[in-house]
Amino acid sequence: MTTLLQLNHVSKHYGNDTKALSDVNFSVKEGEFVSIIGPSGAGKSTLLRCINRMVDANSGEIIFDNVDIAGLGKKDLKKARTKIGMIFQHYNLVNRLSVIENVLHGRLGFKSTLAGALGLYTEEEKRQALQILGVLGLQEQIYKRSDQLSGGQKQRVGIARALIQNPKMLLCDEPIASLDPNASKIIMDHLKNISASMGITVLVNLHQVEVALKYSDRIIGVNKGSLIFDGPPNEITAEIIEAIYGSEAGDLMFDLGGQYAG
Amino acid sequence: MQADVFVKKRWNSFIFLLILLVVTFVSIVITEFNMAKGLASLPKALQWGFTNFYPDEMALTKLPDILNKLRETVLISVAATTVGAIFAFLFALFGSRTTKVNGVLSKVSRGIATIFRNIDISAWSMILLFSFGQSALTGYFALFFGSFGFLTRAFIETIDEVSSSSVEALQATGAGYFSIIFQSVIPSGIPQMISWILFMIETNIRSATLVGILTGTGIGFAFDLYYKSLNYHTASLVVIVIVITILTIEYISNYVRRVIL
Amino acid sequence: MGVDQSVKTVSADSINSFHLNEKKRIKVKPFNKASLIIQLTIISLVLVTIYTFISFDYSDINLFEGIISTFQNVKIMFLEPHFKHFSFVTALYQVMITLGLAFLTTLFGALIALFLGFFAARNLSSKPVSAAIKGFVAVIRSVPTVLWVLIFAVAAGLGSVAAVIGMTFHTVGYLIKAYSESFEELDEGVIEALKASGANWWQIIFQAVIPSSMTYIISWTFLRFEVNFAVAVAMGAAAGAGGIGFDMFMASGFYFDLREVGVITYFVLAFAIALELIATKVKTNLKTSA
Repeated sequence: MTTLLQLNHVSKHYGNDTKALSDVNFSVKEGEFVSIIGPSGAGKSTLLRCINRMVDANSGEIIFDNVDIAGLGKKDLKKARTKIGMIFQHYNLVNRLSVIENVLHGRLGFKSTLAGALGLYTEEEKRQALQILGVLGLQEQIYKRSDQLSGGQKQRVGIARALIQNPKMLLCDEPIASLDPNASKIIMDHLKNISASMGITVLVNLHQVEVALKYSDRIIGVNKGSLIFDGPPNEITAEIIEAIYGSEAGDLMFDLGGQYAG
Repeated sequence: MQADVFVKKRWNSFIFLLILLVVTFVSIVITEFNMAKGLASLPKALQWGFTNFYPDEMALTKLPDILNKLRETVLISVAATTVGAIFAFLFALFGSRTTKVNGVLSKVSRGIATIFRNIDISAWSMILLFSFGQSALTGYFALFFGSFGFLTRAFIETIDEVSSSSVEALQATGAGYFSIIFQSVIPSGIPQMISWILFMIETNIRSATLVGILTGTGIGFAFDLYYKSLNYHTASLVVIVIVITILTIEYISNYVRRVIL
Repeated sequence: MGVDQSVKTVSADSINSFHLNEKKRIKVKPFNKASLIIQLTIISLVLVTIYTFISFDYSDINLFEGIISTFQNVKIMFLEPHFKHFSFVTALYQVMITLGLAFLTTLFGALIALFLGFFAARNLSSKPVSAAIKGFVAVIRSVPTVLWVLIFAVAAGLGSVAAVIGMTFHTVGYLIKAYSESFEELDEGVIEALKASGANWWQIIFQAVIPSSMTYIISWTFLRFEVNFAVAVAMGAAAGAGGIGFDMFMASGFYFDLREVGVITYFVLAFAIALELIATKVKTNLKTSA
């Protein structure tokens, strides 16, 4: 498997002294399912957003698909972003629009200014949208307004919007943090399935260790903006969890994790 | 501990009340407001209102004329609001954190809107009197400037509150600026923006009365005319016509809001 | 665990099922009433606006010249302001009078509105009482402030008394609406809990309603103060209430002194912006502390 994403010495600080990321290095292979875990405020979200430059890193290289994202101009950055799908904790849908319109938004990056502004989509794109919605089990919801959906359904619309980009990679920022356990399981199963069957790389921020252990090929642990751990789930020990989450919390969470993972 | 909190709370309220009392006292002195006269004038005004301030038959003969003035005022209020809203939307796009093109432009457009908003419509009409004289255009521009300033602030807040999350999502897909505006900012923010526009129209019709008094146009002029010639019966008819108009518009706005929000 | 509840609760009434091999164009925008009303609203606004511009009486004025001269006038006003009929200190004093009018109006309005607001809130009062107050208040609100002031001036004479009382009317109308709507957002459970513990109506008001809607009350009241400052300027100009508005009216309507209008505008602008900044501060402070 070839390397799809490589971060070299990526740092980010807000203002003068708030360091969000310090010298982060890691790489991700094509089709890999990688979870980033860490306490809230550890810099997980910033890390993810630096990859598609929703947040600009202060220094370092972000090589995606053999291109340094960090050095791209506006136009090339947009082009690069079409290859990276993003999924959000709060789904970030346009609530008043229908499900299918929200899904088709994933195609906007491929359109001319006028076609994009007017929302002109080809029949082929619409068919693809319907097909993806079918795979995600939303065929009954196509013309519903997205604010009438449940959280789990909204997140599946979010996934569909990302998939219609035909992305090489999905960035998922806490995709299940606002969902109940049932809906969370559905979302994580879909993400795992996407990675396995479509060969799309999935990079997901999680704060539930047990979910990360269950689904990931590899886990990256972050604390205070630094990488603490990078390896397969079976190498995670109570000590490592403690290092990521701080003292005491380690045992507690790991026990909990053990239960769920089993 | 617990007791301390209560004592502190009581002290805070006490100091707050004291300040309020002092400011009230100073205000009464400085404005030469006479509390006794104020209270005494209430029943007097009420009595006067019941005996004089109602339309009589003579007043009704003036109704066509009044309605004509009203029509002018309503049209100007709607037109000023609509055009103001278009400009406000453009400035709000530049001014909003979510959709700004760059920081400098954002500061400039917010600054312009702040100035326009804080010069009151009455001040605008007195300024514009110099250029347009006593014509409907004076009122139109005064209302337009005021609406523009107010709506810019309202639209900026709407965009930042309602649209920022979906804008982020579309930026992440690599969508262009105009695609983002038309596919995310407008669809998600339009109900709130229309609600603000309707509110502005209501406000503008009320303000138009004031502007009319100052600039000698529209329904405000009609009221001023009858009021100053002590024709209170007809003046009261003007008030009734204004009340009915504003209540009707409020009713329509509330209906629209209920459906779209 | 592991049961897909969202799939289970799929609505059966959805008739828009799709067929992949259908050749027909696929619809993207479903019909809904909200969008229709939005479109109708926008279209009517635009049509009324166009009609207004067509029906304007342009005979006495030259639009183009007017706009040019407005620019020139604004330039003179703001770049060459001067004092002629009064000094800096008098101007400041006049602004204070305007502020005083705004303050008294807001204070009286807030006190009356707070009291009536409890009776206007559906959850604290009975339905008929609430509806009656709200209806009455809607009528009060629909009369422009300047008319209230002028109507009172007949009985009380032009001056601060008529101005404050007239302005208070509109303030009461506005604040009752704002307050009662904040009270209505109050959690039913809180009222229920206090009722269950045997508290009477006034105890519920003072122990639950006021403390939990305090932030709303303060922020609405301050907002109204900001509005009342502008209204007080206008009343000085249009209804003889005194203060800086009256000076502006004189400078504009009697002395035709653009430069003095400029000075006054600067004064009004400075105070209005200061009030707006404070109001925004108060609002964000309340939001973060709440």
